[in-house]
Amino acid sequence: MNNTKRAKELEEIILKHSSPAGRILSILEEIQEREGYLSKESLKYISKRLNIPLADLYSLVTFYSFFNLERGGKHTITVCMGTACYVKGAPKIIEELERRLGIKEGETTSDGIFTIKSARCFGACSMAPVVRINERIYGYVFPESLPSLLKLYGWKEK
Amino acid sequence: MKIRSLEDLEEIAHRGIQKIKGEKIRIAVGLGTCGIATGADYVYTYFENAIKDLTERVFLTKVGCFGYCSEEPLVKVTIPGKPLTILSKVNPEETEEILRAVLSGEIPDKKALCKIEEWNHITEYMVYGKGLANIPSYSDLPFFRGQLKLVLRNAGLINPEDLEEYIAIGGYKSLHKALNMKPEEVIEEVKRAGLRGRGGAGFPTGLKWEITAKNESDEKYVICNADEGDPGAYMNRNELESDPHAVIEGMIIGGYAIGAKEGIIYIRAEYPLAIKRIETAIKQAREYGLLGENIFGSNFSFDIKIVKGAGAFVCGEETAMIASIEGKTGRPRPRPPFPAEKGLWGKPTSINNVETWCNIPIILAMGGERFSKVGKENNAGTKVFSLVGEVKRIGLVEVPLGTKLKTIVHDIGGGSPSGLKVKAVQIGGPSGGCIPEEGFDTPIDYESLRDLGTIMGSGGMVVMSEKTSMVETALFFIGFTSEESCGKCTPCREGLKQMLHILHKILSRRGSEEDLKLLEELSMTIQTTSLCGLGKTAPNPVLTTLRYFREEYEGLINDGKD
Repeated sequence: MNNTKRAKELEEIILKHSSPAGRILSILEEIQEREGYLSKESLKYISKRLNIPLADLYSLVTFYSFFNLERGGKHTITVCMGTACYVKGAPKIIEELERRLGIKEGETTSDGIFTIKSARCFGACSMAPVVRINERIYGYVFPESLPSLLKLYGWKEK
Repeated sequence: MKIRSLEDLEEIAHRGIQKIKGEKIRIAVGLGTCGIATGADYVYTYFENAIKDLTERVFLTKVGCFGYCSEEPLVKVTIPGKPLTILSKVNPEETEEILRAVLSGEIPDKKALCKIEEWNHITEYMVYGKGLANIPSYSDLPFFRGQLKLVLRNAGLINPEDLEEYIAIGGYKSLHKALNMKPEEVIEEVKRAGLRGRGGAGFPTGLKWEITAKNESDEKYVICNADEGDPGAYMNRNELESDPHAVIEGMIIGGYAIGAKEGIIYIRAEYPLAIKRIETAIKQAREYGLLGENIFGSNFSFDIKIVKGAGAFVCGEETAMIASIEGKTGRPRPRPPFPAEKGLWGKPTSINNVETWCNIPIILAMGGERFSKVGKENNAGTKVFSLVGEVKRIGLVEVPLGTKLKTIVHDIGGGSPSGLKVKAVQIGGPSGGCIPEEGFDTPIDYESLRDLGTIMGSGGMVVMSEKTSMVETALFFIGFTSEESCGKCTPCREGLKQMLHILHKILSRRGSEEDLKLLEELSMTIQTTSLCGLGKTAPNPVLTTLRYFREEYEGLINDGKD
């Protein structure tokens, strides 16, 4: 994205969130929604524009787990690690995903397709264990059912 | 149109009733997060395609979640004059057959879970019809028998994206009533009801409002705490997804009572559907004049804004939440001053949990006196629990406070699905503890749970069978809180990390008796020296498992000695 285009988009976002309550979080959240992550350039722009030291912004975005400072893969697979999912074997799902995709939690495959993450709880505990791929939540996911699930997103078994 | 009077409200209610039990057959697909995860959105699309040429006869709509999660996807069918019927585990492929039966005035028996002939929405009483002798009644089902749906009275029965349906079941009548009372009278009513905070700590809501109201200031705020962070708890998500107007109505009443013009809903980003539904509800409430200037033609003006949390468990703590809304890192600060005195932007603020707000319209409708009779003394009303884990019937369970734990786990939940013995129930998330089967006779109320070493929390209830290791469970929670500690207080930040090391050591069979003593010592220090609820309660999972399942720790230690 070139600088003028970015500036225009960011100005739009800043303008949209004008009331003080929750302003900064809302702005950062919307930037991430649009760009997929928080780029250094965007953070620098916001810092200057809203007169917040870059260090303070950095402190903010690293405090909250929702923010990414790096671009993720095309599909983000998030494994729920809530109590119900944990009791029903969520750690094994992460292990199996890591083995199948050859990356660790928090990493992205070298082709830029998949990122593995874990989450605290989606509140879909009734169908534990739960995995979210992009925006869709899948219930009753077990290590054996992962290959067919991944295939829906273009994964090929080697 | 802008609603100005009770007559306007009734006119809209009339329109809403036509949708709920009009001349058309109503097919309502349960589209909460759980329903969608089991394919309810596909069921909806299949129905949508199938009724394209039948819209004169069939009204297809979306409703929230009825709470019986293990039977999802749920579809509710209402044939005029007959009981409302709940169909369970509906596949997209079955929609055509269902539609065919329904069009000829029948309900496919084998898909029917139960029927509802009449329903008490508290704010309104709905009579559907009699008949369908082959289908069991709602109250005959073990999952529903012991329940009392006050907070969840509308969930799964009305379309959460349609204000007219909420008004049809008596919605916003409580607000109208409140606005015709003096603010102090509203507070008095809430005090009389004996409602205590449903976020877990159980502080009397009316008292909190009274303190906030008495503090003089040019600006005041009400906040809805929808940062439901306890893993294993999802009742707030469902309350927002299935009945968002109840939360909004509660907040407007609260705003009026304490003298606030602005309300904020702080909701976690992990709940996209709840955010969408509450956004839609706020928009509609504004269109109808229920939010904004001069509500119901009164002098009272009030509006609500949504702030999305960004994934920090500690922000559920009220002072951390305020910091987060103000654009800072969500770290708690010492209390006093309490938010009722100095809250958001330094102004008096009343923060209440989603479920607390949901109770407000009920209290106004029932009257505080009658509400206080539900539940047990000092613990008025109901509480919604999410019953999950190793239990046969999974879902959201609403019972009067004082109900015994065994009623929930065994009678409503049906015990373990696998034939394994139920060993414990984890209550209250990372701040709570594990209660062993011997404790299942305990009535669930704020004080009894505290005596057992746990807390009510937001109502997560995870059932564990004999194959679950209690030491691993403790490790799971300490891992959670040690990662979510904001780092401000050293005992919480460093102490939890040390506890985590020790638990790892014990699990790898290198632990000793000394380690158990050290765990207890560390727990005590963290509890007494941390600033906020996170640190004060974080050791509970270790302390309760040490108290009730010490032999598991000792077994691991003795294993290592061989």
